[in-house]
Amino acid sequence: MTRIEARFQLDYGGFKLDVDLQLPSAGITVLFGPSGCGKTTLLRCIAGLQCPPEGFLKINGSIWQNSEDGVFLPPHKRPLGYVFQEANLFPHLSVQENLHYGLKRIKQNPEPVNLEQTVELLGIGHLMGRMPERLSGGERQRVAIARALALNPDILLMDEPLAALDFKRKQEILPFLSRLHQHRAIPVLYVTHAQQEMAQLADYLVIMADGREIASGLPADTLTRLELPLAQDREAATVWPVTIVEHEADYHLTRVAFAGGTLSLPIINAAVGTPLRVQIYARDVSIALESPAATSILNVLPATITGIADDHRGQSVVKLQAGTQPLLAHITQKSARLLDLQVGMPVYVQIKGTSILN
Amino acid sequence: MLTPADIETLLLTFKVASLATALMLLLGTPLAWWLARTRSGWKGIINAVVALPLVLPPTVLGFYLLVLMGPAGAVGKITTWLGLGSLPFTFAGLVIASVLYSMPFVVQPLQASFTSIGAQPLEAAATLRAGPLDTFFSIVVPLAKPGFMTGAILGFAHTVGEFGVVLMVGGNIPDKTRVVSVQIYNHVEALEYSEAHWLAGCLLVFSFSVLLVLYTVLKTQPVAHPLK
Repeated sequence: MTRIEARFQLDYGGFKLDVDLQLPSAGITVLFGPSGCGKTTLLRCIAGLQCPPEGFLKINGSIWQNSEDGVFLPPHKRPLGYVFQEANLFPHLSVQENLHYGLKRIKQNPEPVNLEQTVELLGIGHLMGRMPERLSGGERQRVAIARALALNPDILLMDEPLAALDFKRKQEILPFLSRLHQHRAIPVLYVTHAQQEMAQLADYLVIMADGREIASGLPADTLTRLELPLAQDREAATVWPVTIVEHEADYHLTRVAFAGGTLSLPIINAAVGTPLRVQIYARDVSIALESPAATSILNVLPATITGIADDHRGQSVVKLQAGTQPLLAHITQKSARLLDLQVGMPVYVQIKGTSILN
Repeated sequence: MLTPADIETLLLTFKVASLATALMLLLGTPLAWWLARTRSGWKGIINAVVALPLVLPPTVLGFYLLVLMGPAGAVGKITTWLGLGSLPFTFAGLVIASVLYSMPFVVQPLQASFTSIGAQPLEAAATLRAGPLDTFFSIVVPLAKPGFMTGAILGFAHTVGEFGVVLMVGGNIPDKTRVVSVQIYNHVEALEYSEAHWLAGCLLVFSFSVLLVLYTVLKTQPVAHPLK
């Protein structure tokens, strides 16, 4: 379902951006990479806030920029929503006036704009009369998100919207974002360098470095690519989409199904059938050649080794496939030699811990 | 006491200053906006030209204006050709000279306010469907309100206080170009100290009140000249 095509080339003496992206037109696409890798510049190019000399941008069939034909739609004519890192509310306008600023300027209004629903979704109804300076950082950012969403844009661009907030405020907003695409079919491009946000939100993942896209795809596939530095990282993890199948109340456990098996997780307060994301850190995964008969670890899955990469610190990154889901394990190179692990070998993985992302 | 002639000079002064301030805001706003936003190489030169009256003796500025606007000057030839006659020693000439003389006092506070707003609110407005002109009136003008107030007050007050430029291009014509500062000079020349006191007192009270408003109500930073 590729409906977003973005090609940009620019060179600001030292900083280069050179991307050619095909992105899905639904769900949250996370642009992930370290500071200075060009992800914010890419977002600004898509918004038209920056005009790269070489650019082509097509969103849902309409061309917003084509440098070959000299087409460049100015930002105010692009049907998009933009959430900045700092909320960037207009300081001289109340929350209500900020929310209405864009609404007043939409000329044709094909769908009834659901401001009320947006205000409710973000829980900002009680703030309407306040001025931005009297809001907390988290409240300000929620108003900014509502202000962008209220326009019912064709695409929502979010530039590290949580970066300026502390952990508690982040936790206050993340659930709203997760809920967002369940309520609206608006595609979201979300820029972040925070792994946790990426894991929690990404339906599709683009990894960037030095102004280029180095990998993209579904998070489970992209995060487990051995050639990426991400797989070597201490925080290396994979994210699986799962569904709740059963609660074992006596043991305070919940069983969830993934494509190819089930996992036991600490009890989750949600109904059977609820979709979730589970994050499995590579450091929590160990490998056994035979099914361990007696072990305290509940989650033991049959898997096949699909790749092995050694680093220079005595660590091996092993890529596996359990059912249809890819998985990483960080083990010592010594263990890898002793077990004589080879690509294609059937093994068992023991998962010591998991974290639920929503 | 103020004589009827003194009152006339006061009224004329405020008429010149009001008209000049309105013109300075009209011309100075786009100029200040351009200066605040441009990356053009011309910025430095234009900044210097705008600030010139701050450092130039008013008589020098007045002298050049007199030459330029006189019947043989470039501007004078154009105005004559247009059937407007030559501008020196007329009310219109006085207003034009005042605009040029006091322009930095309007442009610089505006430019400073525009710069301090930064690009962020403008970009936010653009992503919320506001075009450039719409953004200027709905975001920039309200946010730069202190700059507009400061510029208008300083421009007005500075025009009221001008002397050298007036003398050069306006002269001393009752009802047409004789403003307060010139009238005070006339009184002193004629040794009419009591009349001079009255007018000088009026200007002192006026100037002090203006600055008081500036530094208390508008909370402008006290600087000798709003150069920055």
